[in-house]
Amino acid sequence: MRRFAQLYDALDATTSTNAKVAAMQSYFAEAPPADAAWALFFLTGRRLKRLIAPRLLAVWGCERAQVPGWMAEECFSLVGDLAETVALMMDTARTERRAHAEPPSLASLIEGTLLPLREADEDEKRRVVMTLWDSLERREMYLLAKLLTGEMRVGVSETLGIRALAQHAGLPPATVAHRLMGSWEPSAASFAALVRPGVSDADVSRPYPFFLASPLEEEPEALGDRAGWLAEWKWDGIRAQIVRRGGGAFLWSRGEELITDRFTDLSGVWAALPEGTVLDGEVLAFSGDAPMPFSVLQRRIGRQKLTPRILEEAPAAFMAYDVLEHEGRDDRELPLRERRALLERLVAGRSSRLLLSGSVEAASWEELSVLRRGSRERGVEGLMLKRWDSPYRVGRPRGDWWKWKIDPYSIDAVLVYAQPGHGRRATLMTDLTFAVWSAGELVPVAKAYSGLTDEEIDELDRWIRQNTIERFGPVRAVKPVHVFELHFEGIAESSRHKSGIAVRFPRISRWRTDKTPEQADTIESLRALIKSAGREGRDRG
Amino acid sequence: MIVDSPQGLFCPGGPFHLDPLGPVQRAVITHAHGDHARAGNAAILCTPQTAALVKRRLGEGTVIEILEYGERRRIGEVTVSLHPAGHMLGSAQVRIEGPAGVWVLSGDYKREPDPTCAPFEPLRCDVFVTEASYALPIFRWDSAASVAAEIASWWQGNARKASLLFCYALGKAQRLLAELARVTERPVFVHGAVEPFAEIYRAAGVRMLPTRLIGEERSFAGELVLAPITARGTPWMKRFRAFESGFASGLLRIRGTRRRRGFDRGFVISDHADWPGVLKTIRETGAQRVLAMHGHRDALVRWLREAGVDAAPIGLAAPPLDPEGD
Ligand SMILES: [Zn+2]
Ligand SMILES: [Zn+2]
Repeated sequence: MRRFAQLYDALDATTSTNAKVAAMQSYFAEAPPADAAWALFFLTGRRLKRLIAPRLLAVWGCERAQVPGWMAEECFSLVGDLAETVALMMDTARTERRAHAEPPSLASLIEGTLLPLREADEDEKRRVVMTLWDSLERREMYLLAKLLTGEMRVGVSETLGIRALAQHAGLPPATVAHRLMGSWEPSAASFAALVRPGVSDADVSRPYPFFLASPLEEEPEALGDRAGWLAEWKWDGIRAQIVRRGGGAFLWSRGEELITDRFTDLSGVWAALPEGTVLDGEVLAFSGDAPMPFSVLQRRIGRQKLTPRILEEAPAAFMAYDVLEHEGRDDRELPLRERRALLERLVAGRSSRLLLSGSVEAASWEELSVLRRGSRERGVEGLMLKRWDSPYRVGRPRGDWWKWKIDPYSIDAVLVYAQPGHGRRATLMTDLTFAVWSAGELVPVAKAYSGLTDEEIDELDRWIRQNTIERFGPVRAVKPVHVFELHFEGIAESSRHKSGIAVRFPRISRWRTDKTPEQADTIESLRALIKSAGREGRDRG
Repeated sequence: MIVDSPQGLFCPGGPFHLDPLGPVQRAVITHAHGDHARAGNAAILCTPQTAALVKRRLGEGTVIEILEYGERRRIGEVTVSLHPAGHMLGSAQVRIEGPAGVWVLSGDYKREPDPTCAPFEPLRCDVFVTEASYALPIFRWDSAASVAAEIASWWQGNARKASLLFCYALGKAQRLLAELARVTERPVFVHGAVEPFAEIYRAAGVRMLPTRLIGEERSFAGELVLAPITARGTPWMKRFRAFESGFASGLLRIRGTRRRRGFDRGFVISDHADWPGVLKTIRETGAQRVLAMHGHRDALVRWLREAGVDAAPIGLAAPPLDPEGD
């Protein structure tokens, strides 16, 4: 764990990408594989679930450091991070400095001590934490606090972590990224498998890393000749890959979740696809010849059981837009033009639930802009622009795939306050306030009234009434548990808001039941949106 | 024997002010930092080392009466002596003996060893007036030697860039030069605000790394440069094409400080007493009453009272935590 703490500090201590990669690379070279596996887990943005509420950890820290609660509050208001406050208090209270004591290794700490705490009661957790504190130095206590509260974040992007591991293993980053896809679990063996030589992989179920589009920040004219680009509608569903190999079929979401069983009504699609095929596309609820709103699909995902009624209400379809593997061959390096031709042949006439994401025909960028304005009526989010000459890349490199959305901004925020709405909704809690993270605290950033279905409104209303933690007049503070994706038209600095940020026309886009509050956005990510807002604002349709 | 006045702490038995906020007739000065030694006083009393630094800062015209550490001087109805505070060269605690017993004003102080000044001398007293710049139970300093090693390795790692280390020009800069002299012999480039004080430190016998005043050099690749924070963002910075910036201060104990202030690196080193230092010092004075000033004085006072110590705040309402010369 000491080595990992050193890596954490080294990453924190530099803003240079090369220095970060070098630090990770030498860590991978030196650390035992079991530790390296867990380090990689965090370096690629994976998280452990919260084991202990930060408040409880603070109470124990106060007790051990013999600091009264009010004093801890005083310290917290200066530090702004509860885990760090606890670590600093503990470090200050130590009677002797014993940096020489050997802390547990990262893997044995997590696997041997922390994960078993999931089953433990509060007394047991307390006993274990107190014992651990004795053997750790300051930054290790800080990391422990972050691990316990599920807030362990390392200052690198997943792409950078993968690049470092690829350099360490002497492999192309795409190979490492591919091996990390799907249900990768950290262990010495799985780490060894990641870095083993050779680029062909045996695991039949594994999808390819997704190629992600970047938001278009200029007028499309800047992309050059219209003829060089494929335009498609931007579908509002679940991005997914169908992997048809080894006699089986696997449907992977972009979140690297295997969702094959959630879409039994697509079984005809994979049955119809030839062996050795991988398609990239979007799972949609699709009725007649039009996509249904995302909320319909989401309601279906939320159900434990797929009843015939649900299948009828929200019939799924796979909207294919790329082919990554054909006849068992990795075709990602082919130019889009060729992959497209292949895709058209593969998809045609196979199944009524397998659709081709068609090319949006428009001779000029101007004509395309006109079509884009009709996005909302079509139930799509705007347009995708893909360079005809481009290979299928890994991650989010800029330049070949652009999303040209009508509602350009989107954040994940936590519901913190609710109050009754007006008019028809006066009896229901529909006036909602959402917050994002700032230095370990949730700061309100937006109010939104619309976007949920009536069913969701009823469900949320019940939940709010049962989970109110404080009341100020009609306003209820609720447990910060639920995450919602908000879309909005604009974002700017504002001195009138506590967060320093104002968003324009926020709407609730979806209830992210798949996300924990820790996964909500931070004030920093909102500031980054402001930075690009000046440029992006112009192409709002 | 020490009371608040519009011009800061005041000893009516003298009468004289202590580190006054504005011009007064007679002042006792604990040390040469700007928030303690201000211009415009008719006469000041301080240690010889402080006198040299104050003359440099405020000009030769200042009327200065010198008092060596431990030397006693009768002023009015009290007897005053100055004792090492361990904060910086010449820094002193003020001991005042009079009809109301023995009072000690700590001035700025720290308990960690510092090669640039005499170590803090614990004094028994009835009333102890302590600074509280870092008096919260999250502040505890690592050894300066380990911080110097961190700085040295950062410097060494920046072979193709300048290592631009910001710190207070008086006190912290010289302490860093002295601490670094234990791990290297390489010369250090310094901003014009640092060098004159370094000369005075050298004259006082402090061993430090050789310094070079920044002049017309074109390249600072691989060099360490010490500069005051006030130089940040000024045209003076234009000469550095490739650099990493560091900041040396006790405030860096809090991780977010570095990011909030936009430095690449933070080094936690302070010339003020940390939490264990403040508590230990209060204990050692044996004082029945403690008065706290600066920084987190209100938190310290409440904590002491809850521990059964007679305590109260004194001086200005706590200024924001960014003590000069920290
Ligand atoms: Zn001061
Ligand atoms: Zn000072």
